Amino acid sequence: MTRLIDGPELAARLRESFAEAILEVQPGWLVIAREALLPVMTHLKGDPELALDMLVAETAVDYEAHFEMVYQLASLRHNHGVVVKTRIENKVDPETDSLVGLWQAADFQEREIWDLMGIRFRGHPNMKRILTWEEFPGHPLRKDFLWVERQGPPLLEM
Amino acid sequence: MTTIQSQPYIVNVGPQHPSTHGVFRMRVTLDGERVIDVEPVMGYLHRSVEKLAEERTYTQCITFTDRMDYLSAMSCNFALVLAAEKLSGVPVPERAHYLRVIFAELQRIASHCMGAGQQITDAGAWQTPLLYMFREREKILDLFEMTCGERLTCNYMRIGGVSTDVPEEFLPALRTFVAEMPHHIDEYEELLVDNEIVLARFKGIGMLPPDVAINCAVTGPNLRGSGVNWDIRKVDPYGIYDRFQFDVPLGEQGDCYDRMMVRLKEMRQSVRILEQAMRDLPTGEVKTPIPLALRPPVGEAYGHVEGPRGELGFYLVSDGSPAPYRFKVRAPSFINLTALRGMVLGGTLADAIVTTGSIDIVMGEVDR
Repeated sequence: MTRLIDGPELAARLRESFAEAILEVQPGWLVIAREALLPVMTHLKGDPELALDMLVAETAVDYEAHFEMVYQLASLRHNHGVVVKTRIENKVDPETDSLVGLWQAADFQEREIWDLMGIRFRGHPNMKRILTWEEFPGHPLRKDFLWVERQGPPLLEM
Repeated sequence: MTTIQSQPYIVNVGPQHPSTHGVFRMRVTLDGERVIDVEPVMGYLHRSVEKLAEERTYTQCITFTDRMDYLSAMSCNFALVLAAEKLSGVPVPERAHYLRVIFAELQRIASHCMGAGQQITDAGAWQTPLLYMFREREKILDLFEMTCGERLTCNYMRIGGVSTDVPEEFLPALRTFVAEMPHHIDEYEELLVDNEIVLARFKGIGMLPPDVAINCAVTGPNLRGSGVNWDIRKVDPYGIYDRFQFDVPLGEQGDCYDRMMVRLKEMRQSVRILEQAMRDLPTGEVKTPIPLALRPPVGEAYGHVEGPRGELGFYLVSDGSPAPYRFKVRAPSFINLTALRGMVLGGTLADAIVTTGSIDIVMGEVDR
């Protein structure tokens, strides 16, 4: 069974070098400061006891006050995983660091996030839209994206 | 003696091209016959499933998953209901657990038939091996149709079980299939393992070293073809997979040949799982009743399965309403394509076609 290293345990392991970067400890995940993303991720990948060598999934969620980046990492050597999150308060022109330098797996996933959620990644070598076309207006997965006017009543009135 | 000057030129392979497995486009820069750059272009089949799902109930979302990876609808259903069950805590009856495994493994065989068959078609063995495999895939689709009325877009699994129990004629038909399938796999192997076309076109082509595969988060038969032992059914057994005995076939060097062989061998292991699941299938209910508009508590969950193409996962965020607040799909075909560029650079254009075929992508899932 892939063991999820829970928030408190991961926080304990990171506290030594990144005490001030830890913003919030939850049972299932850890929220770290956006500025510390690259050093923390480099540590998670390089530390032999953690050895999180696979970026399983990277995604973003649009909350009212902020965007949340969710990184799911797994270690094939130790068969364990972690979930790390960061928050982006700037809702107008959000930007964060790219992880392409650490995991190539971030390449298409970050382009998808830029395309659909409109979060820019600093240091990404090819920050272009991937699923829609370059001239597409807006970023569809944002909650304020103007949806085509619906025919009939909303689907979810139960 | 005059030297011939060549200059790079660009060829668009796809989106309308028989060997790009749907509407995938490779913008290939060639120097003579050599590929010096490749840019995958996708999105032609983008339907914005993740956005559409945000205003539908969790049960309604199951229909979208059929239309993502349309060659393995059952596996997609399975991943979504697992995530939704994790989120809402709905229990699953014992019989439904077994039925899910039976259908997921049947789907894996059907999908690998398509994957391996199509790969060989790309190499120039035009249609014959593919049609051998389609013969068996057809029987699996008949089993699906018998149970849920659909062949491709099954929409069979539900949060808390499966939509309907299997009909009376299902188990005898499945028994016949499971008894016959190993002979058919022998037949495929006889046809392919030492086949001259296969060896010439697949051996040493489209190399994917294990460290690159892991760095690109490649999963499924592509990762195991590179010799990395990582199968979600083994490392993180979901449902009742921990009750079954099966092996994880591995490749040696990570070329197109290894990826094809892994798919052929996995079919055999799926038959093994089917035998055990059939033997142990209990009687009883197949579905826990849930409200029409299920309202999971506020929270988030990630459910994943080992689909025929790799780790297929759903990341769901609930705000307590009947619709998911965020519905994220971890699509294996999409992420596996990350490795494509490194696999085809420096080879010939013909090898690039074969390599793309060996990754076994489904555009419905890449574009969602």
